[in-house]
Amino acid sequence: MSNAAISDIKRDHIVNLLAKGTRTDGRGLSDIREISAMIDCIESADGSARVKLGNTEVIAGVKIIPGAPFADTPKSGVLTTGAEFIPMAHASFESGPPGEDAIELARVVDRGIRESGMVDVDGLCIAEGEKVWMCFIDMYALDYDGNLFDASNLAAVLALKTAKIPGTQYGLPEWDRPLPITCTPISVTSSKIGNTLILDPNFDEEHISSARLTVTTDDNGNFRAMQKGGQGSITLDELSQCLDAAVEKGKEIRETLNKIIG
Amino acid sequence: MSGHTDMVLVDENGMRIDGRTATEHRPIKIEAGVLKNADGSAYVEIGKNKVLAAVYGPRECHPRHLQNPTKAIVQCKYNMQAFSVSDRKRPGTDRRSIEISKITAEALENVVLTELYPRASIDVYIEILQANAGTRCAGLTAASVALADAGIPMRDIVPAIAAGKADGHVLLDLNKEEDNYGQADVPIAIVPSTDEIVLLQMDGNMTREEFDKAISMAVGACHEVYDIQKDALKRRYSNNKEESESDE
Repeated sequence: MSNAAISDIKRDHIVNLLAKGTRTDGRGLSDIREISAMIDCIESADGSARVKLGNTEVIAGVKIIPGAPFADTPKSGVLTTGAEFIPMAHASFESGPPGEDAIELARVVDRGIRESGMVDVDGLCIAEGEKVWMCFIDMYALDYDGNLFDASNLAAVLALKTAKIPGTQYGLPEWDRPLPITCTPISVTSSKIGNTLILDPNFDEEHISSARLTVTTDDNGNFRAMQKGGQGSITLDELSQCLDAAVEKGKEIRETLNKIIG
Repeated sequence: MSGHTDMVLVDENGMRIDGRTATEHRPIKIEAGVLKNADGSAYVEIGKNKVLAAVYGPRECHPRHLQNPTKAIVQCKYNMQAFSVSDRKRPGTDRRSIEISKITAEALENVVLTELYPRASIDVYIEILQANAGTRCAGLTAASVALADAGIPMRDIVPAIAAGKADGHVLLDLNKEEDNYGQADVPIAIVPSTDEIVLLQMDGNMTREEFDKAISMAVGACHEVYDIQKDALKRRYSNNKEESESDE
C-alpha cells in the first residue's frame, strides 16, 4: 500500500510476538479489530457509510444517476467502483490520480459486489436500451492503519445496503425505493508474515508481510472473489486456512453489519 | 461471468464446445527468443490466445524514485492491442491492465533473484495480439520464458493457467464462451518446484468443494505448462546455438 519502511527492531518485536501467538495490539492471530460505522452520514449521497476497522477509517458514498446502459446489457443497471488513497489518510499517500494500489483495491471490492450479485442490476431498468440507473460507489481512505481492503469492502457494502434510488430528483417519483440488494458479500484478508498467517493486518504488520490473500464470501459461505497480492507465495495448506477463515469470520462480520444497520 | 446463453457448454458426455474434456487445456505452443532487440522474449499461443512477451534489463531503473538500494525491481506492462478482441479495444492503459500488470510483476518478482541487481529494473512487456480468455495466464507464462531467455537468474519458472466453472462443471482453462457464460474463473500461477502459489484470483460463484477441485486441476496443469516452457527454452538453445554465438 505504501513504501513506508518498518524498523528492524519493530519487525523483530512483531515476529517474536507472533511466535507466541499474539500481536502488538494484544490480538490473537485470527482476531479482527473492532468494527464501527456511521451509516447515512452524508445527505448529498444516495447511500453512505463511514467505517472504522480499528484505526483504519474509510468513507464510501453511493450516487445513483440515470444513464444509458451498455449495449450488451440493455436491461441492466450499471455498477462502477472507484477508490482513492488521499494524502490525508497517511504521510505516504500522494495526491493525484489513483495509483495501482488504489485501482487494485477498487477492482477487488468491485468483484465481490458484482460477482455476488449483491445489487440486483436487472431491477434497475427504466427504459430498455435507453435508460437505466447507474450506481457509482466511491471510496476514500481517511485514516490508514492497514487492511484497507476489508475496511473499504465494509464501507461500500454498508453504503449500498442503505442506499435509496433518488427517483423524484430525476422526475421519476415511482422509482423512490431502496436500492435492490440480494446479499452481503464480506471480504476477509489474511496476511503472511514469515510462515504465520494473521487476519486483518494493521499498518506495521501489513508492511512486513510478504503476501496477502483477500477472500470474499456470500451469505451461503460460497466464494465470490479472491485476490492474492504481494511478492511472497502461499502454500496450498495456507490457502486452505485462508478459505476457512474467510467463511468463519465472514459470518461473524455479516452479523455485526446487520446489527449496525439494525 | 454474468452473461446468459442457451448454448450448451458441456454436453451429456462431459465434452466441451471445442472438443475438450473437463481436465484438458487448449493446445499450447511456446517459442523462446523471438525478438531481436529485447534481452529476452517469448511467443505463446494457448488456444486462440496469441501473446508476445519481451524483457529488458537488468537496466537503470526509471522512474528513479522507484529504485531500491538493496535489490532490483520487476516492472511489468500488460497491454491488449487494439485489434486483439472482437470490438476494437481503445488503446492505452485501463484499470484492468494496471491490475494485471501489478499482479504479474509480483508473481515474477517472487522467482527472480532480485538481490543480485540493486537499484536496477527488470522490465517486462506483455502484448496481447489476440485474446480468447486466459490472457493474463498466457502473458505470465510467456513472461517467465522471456525472463529465462534474457538470462535473468531465477529460482524457477512460473507457469500459469486458469480453472473455472461453466454449466455447473469445474473445467480447466476456460475458452471465451465458457468464460463469458460460465459461473467462475480462477487464474493461478505457481512455483513448480514447491507448488507455492504466486498468483491467485477468483471471481464468480464456487463452493469450497468446487474451488478445491479447481485448484488441484490448475496446479496439475501448471506442471504441464512448465514442461512446455522448459522444452521451448531447450529448443531455443540447441537450435540457435551457432546463431547466438555469431551475434556476440
